[in-house]
Amino acid sequence: MAIRLKFRHAAALGIIAALSIGMVGCSNSGDTSATNSTTTSSGGATNSGKKIVMGFSQIGSESGWRTANTESIKSAAEQAGIDLKFDDAQQKQENQIKAIRNFITQGVDVIAFSPVVETGWKPVLEEAKKANIPVIVSDRRPDVPDDLYVTFIGSDFVEEGKRVGEWLAKDMNGKATIAEITGTPGSAPANDRSKGFEEAIKAYPGMKVVFSQTGDFTRAKGKEVAEALLKSDVGKSINALFCHNDDMALGAIQAIEEAGKKPGKDIVIVSIDGVHDALQALVDGKENFVVECNPLLGPVIMDTAKKVLNHETVPKRTVMKDGEFDQTTAAKALPDRKY
Amino acid sequence: MKRLPQWAWALAVLALVLLFNLVLTPGFFHIEQRDGRLYGSLIDILNRSAPVSLLAIGMTLVIGTGGVDLSVGAVMAIAGSVAACLIARPAESPLGGINLHRSTPLILLAALFAALLCGLFNGILVSWLDLQPIVATLLLMVAGRGIAQLFANGQIVTFHLPSFSAIATGSLAGFPNPVWIVLLTFLIFAVLVRSTAFGLFIEAVGSNPVAARYAGVDARRIKLAVYALCGVCAGLAGVIGTADIRGADANNLGLYLELDAILAVAVGGTSIMGGRFSLIGSIVGALLMQALTTTILTRGVSPETTLVMKALVVVAVVLLQAPAFRSWAVGITRRRPA
Repeated sequence: MAIRLKFRHAAALGIIAALSIGMVGCSNSGDTSATNSTTTSSGGATNSGKKIVMGFSQIGSESGWRTANTESIKSAAEQAGIDLKFDDAQQKQENQIKAIRNFITQGVDVIAFSPVVETGWKPVLEEAKKANIPVIVSDRRPDVPDDLYVTFIGSDFVEEGKRVGEWLAKDMNGKATIAEITGTPGSAPANDRSKGFEEAIKAYPGMKVVFSQTGDFTRAKGKEVAEALLKSDVGKSINALFCHNDDMALGAIQAIEEAGKKPGKDIVIVSIDGVHDALQALVDGKENFVVECNPLLGPVIMDTAKKVLNHETVPKRTVMKDGEFDQTTAAKALPDRKY
Repeated sequence: MKRLPQWAWALAVLALVLLFNLVLTPGFFHIEQRDGRLYGSLIDILNRSAPVSLLAIGMTLVIGTGGVDLSVGAVMAIAGSVAACLIARPAESPLGGINLHRSTPLILLAALFAALLCGLFNGILVSWLDLQPIVATLLLMVAGRGIAQLFANGQIVTFHLPSFSAIATGSLAGFPNPVWIVLLTFLIFAVLVRSTAFGLFIEAVGSNPVAARYAGVDARRIKLAVYALCGVCAGLAGVIGTADIRGADANNLGLYLELDAILAVAVGGTSIMGGRFSLIGSIVGALLMQALTTTILTRGVSPETTLVMKALVVVAVVLLQAPAFRSWAVGITRRRPA
């Protein structure tokens, strides 16, 4: 019996081992595509002539936006001749901290990362500082003292919310009953987009947010929240909907259609991100206005990394230029939209 | 009192939640016909609870054998990705080369087959390799979502195929299709476990595996079967979730739903230790969870309090189910007047 048990356990261990080797295999293949850049031009060399090594800790691959962001970083590193060590943290802060520690031990030249949440980064960034490795923050800002990173590159979420609010106020002549579907509670984009939107509509007493509920940045939740909203008493009175990202708006559009109303006409819909499907919705007349949140941060990050390592001064904050689309401009942009 | 089934408490709390809405949420009980389908919050509860109900049906059998399946959420994502990739056939997807000619039945079968394989994988680990269920299914819970992302190449794969989206958004005799799918699945499983010896075997394996073996029950085959069935149920839930938003979101489809399913089963009065289970109880449990969610969404309660309210209700039901708590509560109320 004992021997048989042992055999079983060994077999089980074998399966687990095989699985984990498979997983390592996957991540290795991912790495090679990123580190292939070693063979390209010497454009990424520092003053001393050595190739720049960058460690990048990405949040994960939770949305189409994030995929485009990752793609941009990888291709920009290759073009700049920077040796990129890329880590996908699968939306977990502990994985990101682990990756950054690894980068420190490996002695990379520069670390870049997008913090999944705002808090909890101080200790690991202090370690990087002690090791004299400059840190570039991309996309989302961590809640740490300014001296722990050299620069923050990303969109201004407050500004995005503000632009949406201002467009809506203008379009509705300062009078609207608004429902808001928010992002993940506590995340920087959700907090800031709400704040910017409210700042913008404060000047118009006729603009009121009567309903606010989280859709967690996903299509399915956006649809479920909109369904419930449309059946509630306040839901019957709304004529405008603000979603913190495109995916939730796309879910809400389906719910509105299934309720027998016309999205984009009966209810004016505005959202943020500018993904392909949202532009399509604009073209179809089902959505009204989208503020872009530019995911193509790669070239700016690589450029900044070179400047930092050449001891040039860089601004503490680089704000990405975000475009905006209404129903007419979306038609022009749609064919070139890759994400 | 003793004659009442365990799930009576869940049903009572569900009635309480509905009563609350009847009094305090105007329009909650309003049902009207729109485009030949029923439309209202009550219909939403039935419709939205479908994925968790399906998961709970499969999970009930697994828990009945004393096991647990943590991978159902990830299996949903796999089935959803398989379906979406087979319809949209994105060039970057490893499944992009397979052409099923956008045939809804074939695509549905392929997605359910993928889910069945996942279930069999769990079943083999638990029954033949004697791994603890929580560990064995944890493997697929972690790796499964990665597999789904691999199929979808990290993208939300969207598609346009009305006959497939009708699985979730269409309706029959006024009721949304997912409601019928749950009803049909429930009936099939009810017949399977109550009209054949299968249910008895599950309870035997769950309550005392050694005695069951001496009695001639092949525990391995029973376990393999329940995990496989649980996988298929999860696949069905994944197909509904995907058809509903006309796209497979591998990162979020079914995320944390394994916990909702386990909660529904527990609230429905099935013993987590195994040996005794109630399919109808699990459905009541799933309906209760969804009734809460829909109430919260309709009333626009702030998101921070949502989870707390859910937790409070679950604690209440679980406490009410516990005989020790009931006798303690009765004791207190008796003492007071004296």
